[in-house]
Amino acid sequence: MSSPRGGDKERGRDGERQIHVLAVDDSPVDRAVIAKLLRSSKYRVTAVDSVKKALELLGTEPNVNMIITDYSMPEMTGYELLKRVKESPTLREIPVVIMSSENDPDKINRCLEEGAEDFLLKPVRPSDVSRLCGRMRS
Amino acid sequence: MALHVSSAPPISAFHHLLCFFFHDTYPEMEYASSLQRQLASMKKNLFDQGYLDEQFYQLEELQDESSPNFVEEVVTLFFRDSSRLVANIDQALQKYPQDFRRLDNIMHQLKGSASSIGAAKMKNECTSFREFCNKENREGCLRSFQKVKKEHAVLKQKLENYFQLLRQDGPVDKATRSGN
Repeated sequence: MSSPRGGDKERGRDGERQIHVLAVDDSPVDRAVIAKLLRSSKYRVTAVDSVKKALELLGTEPNVNMIITDYSMPEMTGYELLKRVKESPTLREIPVVIMSSENDPDKINRCLEEGAEDFLLKPVRPSDVSRLCGRMRS
Repeated sequence: MALHVSSAPPISAFHHLLCFFFHDTYPEMEYASSLQRQLASMKKNLFDQGYLDEQFYQLEELQDESSPNFVEEVVTLFFRDSSRLVANIDQALQKYPQDFRRLDNIMHQLKGSASSIGAAKMKNECTSFREFCNKENREGCLRSFQKVKKEHAVLKQKLENYFQLLRQDGPVDKATRSGN
């Protein structure tokens, strides 16, 4: 539990370090699709349905290499999750990618200004996931 | 006087024998190809008639040995979720005064899910509904919602038929599924 924040990843079956992505989406359909997309790229995925659960997980499981979150969710939005992560000294290094079904330039700019790594338009494609691969926290 | 000897050309007899041989020895070959033709035709219709779009192919591409029924699972998830959302919209439409913001919110979720499985016609009807919501046009919302429900029901039936047939086909090479 006292492993260093950076660089300590779960090892896959073949002993290779596996990148751990936290996916946040209240839609069960979108959660299933994004989890599958990420697993197809050999990432370990934890998928949760709310920002609240995401923050709980981040509090106990520090070894997350990337967060990918839907923007529009009831209670707390993906934007609020982004802000919380970037304000936290322990979490701020984790890249946060925002997903949305709406191509709203104001929304996109706001997220990027707040420190989002990228903004993906839904439905997310394998090519979107490939372009994230070099930007995971190591 | 020319004698015209008419007989079955040798190739026809051989062909007949070949068919007999294959049908008798590999009856599943003929059945399988007929089933696959039916599946391919069903899928082509779903796309040609605009029920499904490119996103459905994307889901098929994700299906693999570790999740051989991925597409059917996601579609099942969709109809479970969408039925709940449709019921919520039904309820919300009964209320006075109309909470258009809430209606739009629920429809946004439904549209998003529809888009994620490639349900093109449904997605378009959801868009129309949201336009009526934005104009706070209750009559428009009610009419549009009937169309959303209709497309939902039709797609559900068509995909149920498709997956039922697909299950009969058994595990198949992924390449034949993509149909791109």
